[in-house]
Amino acid sequence: MDPETRMLPGEVRVFDPAGLERLVEALVEAGYRVLGPTVRDGAIVLDEIASAGELPHGWTAEQDAARYRLRRRDDDAMFGWAVGPHSWKQHFLPARARLWRAAAPAGQGPPTIEEEPPPERPLALLAARPCDLHAIAIQDRVLLEGRYVERDYALRRRDAFVVVVNCGVPGGSCFCASMGTGPRAERGYDLALTEVLDGGHRFVVEVGSARGAELLAAVGTSPAREEDLAAAHAVTDEAVFRMGRSLDTAGLPELLAANLEHPRFAEVAERCLTCGNCTAVCPTCFCTSVEDVNDLADGSAERWRVWDTCFSIDYSTIHGGSVRRSSRARYRQWLTHKFGTWVDQFGTSGCVGCGRCITWCPVGIDVTEELAAIRARDGEVDRALAR
Amino acid sequence: MTPVPHRVRSRVRETHDTWTLELESLAEPIRPRAGQFDMLYAHGVGEVPISVSGDHEGALTHTVRAVGAVTSALCSLEPGALVWVRGPYGNEWPLAEAVGRDLVVVAGGIGLAPLRPAIRHALAHREDYGVLSVAVGARTPADLLYVHEIEAWRARLDAEVDVTVDAATPGWRGRVGLVTKLIPGAPFDPENAVALVCGPEVMMIFVVRALVERGMPASRIWISLERNMRCGVGHCGHCQLGPTLICRDGPVYRADEVARLLEVREL
Amino acid sequence: MRSLAELIASSPVFAGLPDDDLDLIAGCARNVHFDEGELLAREGDAADTFYLVRRGRVALELHTPDRGSLVIDTADAGDVVGWSWLFPPYRWHYDARAVEGVSAIAFDGACLRGKCGDDPRLGYELMQRFAQVMVDRLQHARFRLLDVYGGIGVG
Repeated sequence: MDPETRMLPGEVRVFDPAGLERLVEALVEAGYRVLGPTVRDGAIVLDEIASAGELPHGWTAEQDAARYRLRRRDDDAMFGWAVGPHSWKQHFLPARARLWRAAAPAGQGPPTIEEEPPPERPLALLAARPCDLHAIAIQDRVLLEGRYVERDYALRRRDAFVVVVNCGVPGGSCFCASMGTGPRAERGYDLALTEVLDGGHRFVVEVGSARGAELLAAVGTSPAREEDLAAAHAVTDEAVFRMGRSLDTAGLPELLAANLEHPRFAEVAERCLTCGNCTAVCPTCFCTSVEDVNDLADGSAERWRVWDTCFSIDYSTIHGGSVRRSSRARYRQWLTHKFGTWVDQFGTSGCVGCGRCITWCPVGIDVTEELAAIRARDGEVDRALAR
Repeated sequence: MTPVPHRVRSRVRETHDTWTLELESLAEPIRPRAGQFDMLYAHGVGEVPISVSGDHEGALTHTVRAVGAVTSALCSLEPGALVWVRGPYGNEWPLAEAVGRDLVVVAGGIGLAPLRPAIRHALAHREDYGVLSVAVGARTPADLLYVHEIEAWRARLDAEVDVTVDAATPGWRGRVGLVTKLIPGAPFDPENAVALVCGPEVMMIFVVRALVERGMPASRIWISLERNMRCGVGHCGHCQLGPTLICRDGPVYRADEVARLLEVREL
Repeated sequence: MRSLAELIASSPVFAGLPDDDLDLIAGCARNVHFDEGELLAREGDAADTFYLVRRGRVALELHTPDRGSLVIDTADAGDVVGWSWLFPPYRWHYDARAVEGVSAIAFDGACLRGKCGDDPRLGYELMQRFAQVMVDRLQHARFRLLDVYGGIGVG
């Protein structure tokens, strides 16, 4: 018997760059729709890929507040970048999804509601980041683990195969080390890759599940040597110190609850365009609305679920009247939810430290800077209000 | 979470813009409790959260005010027409916790709708409660819901029911003024009462203050909050109020638990 | 049966006043009864009297040429009707009509006004209490201007 078929979760193996090609092939052969990073329109985005040739090899991205630039690396690294504008929620919770259709059966009779069929193939995520796994877990908590299950999300999420790639090149907006969500994945994957460049371009792979082991058997790997393990750990150990940003997370929910009238909210509101970019790129923001549309020709109707954002003025209303008319109130809702009330509502923080909201904010508002500013003048105003 | 088809069994006009619909399930019946709400879908138009306003056996009762496209479509449904419903969602009025105490019900406008099943429950289990004191506020006499039923409640000797309107019309012999005006003179014992309050948020804030002034602890005052719920099940985010999701954790809250949140502007 | 002084002492508007003041006020008071439809006061008349309602309902009305008498407020047991006796030109601003049989205590406002003039402490005390009644009515009237039940919306 081939020793590779006996691999177990927890085992560590090594393969070379060609192995990545075989990994994609194996996933396709196993029936997955393979999603992975690829370069398009000046960014590394996530889309269906047919081969490892579509991966962004030799590319990196410079990131900072309101800044994202692709740049050529001077090596052949496949994963020498952090995160792009996309996150996996685009595939589990798409920006637009039809939930059901109500049509009259051929001829007469009342319309009946037919739910959207499940996707034909389960998804395989190639090169999810450790922070992405935490983001997925947070959305699972909201949409799957409460009293009610979000059917569409559950069907897309079901059986998804996850290949995580540990981070060696954090972006300038990254602060996962502060949030405890990276740069190394601890769980929640089928396979975890670390790309090692020193001493030969190779991938050190940890098996996270039985099906991960099964798939890896088709890739062709060799056992990891002591120096492979050490090199892989060195990649993420060094990444911790190359985070572009950091955040003091101590007592954030309490800090924010006690500072709802903090002057910083009025200051940031002068810059905030309430465009909602931050909510669109945030891998955990889950707010949606529904659109009911009908076809005047045949009388059928459809329900679509669409992304919404707490930055829109009619996001929260009472009897049609907006509750948060000022941009100050809308920015406060987003920030206090993400870092504070999310914990009350779902038992976890809503932030994974991926930094996308910082990079893609058109005016460069930086959550780590905002939170630090609030902490610096903790309670000044609210204490005065409370008398 | 897929809507269940229902047939309109009856439609009663309550006021110039408000109708009460009785809906019969064509599949598994939905059995809501007082305080809960359902999502009502008018085919091709849209879906809205509507609180449960009755307790009829075998049918759902919803009182709908026609103020937008969906509610107008719902209010125009004739008996026999189809409407799709999912639910029941949200929590209930604390009728069990109120057993053995005086029950104070304060309703304003359409806020009487979600309180009607609670009042009916208290009247049907009259021995479970002490004094039953109901205060109803409406815009004008013509805007008053359930006029005949209120008359029947008023005729009972075991309930104190009073009504006040913001603006009188000729022939009105009742009170004119805010619903809070009814609270100082209502015959309940503030030390041993539970209050259920529903109406516009600003009205509820004033009513809670009046009840607290009367000597009730805010922990025994319950209010029903409203935001634009889209999903009804805690998935869409719209009905957040600080740490709470109204569709999931409410709509019924203890006044002391949300008092601070309601004081924050634009929260 | 309770004495007039006791009834006055237990009313919200006079509660807590010293006995001397209550005796003095009771000296200006008498029991009155109005049948349904009867006017307690008429707009424009001299406001020499105010009322403390004991039983029944009083409507404050404003007469309009085109719509007849409009009820703008009602007073029930424990409520005060009338404050015009305290302020020039000492004339009623509204009609006060008994919606049903009304028992009330009528106070001689002209007499009390004189006593307030003689005794500024009593004057201040009563002014504060009637100012509170007026503040409450003003707040309620302002709140009703919001038309909170009539709000339009979507859905």
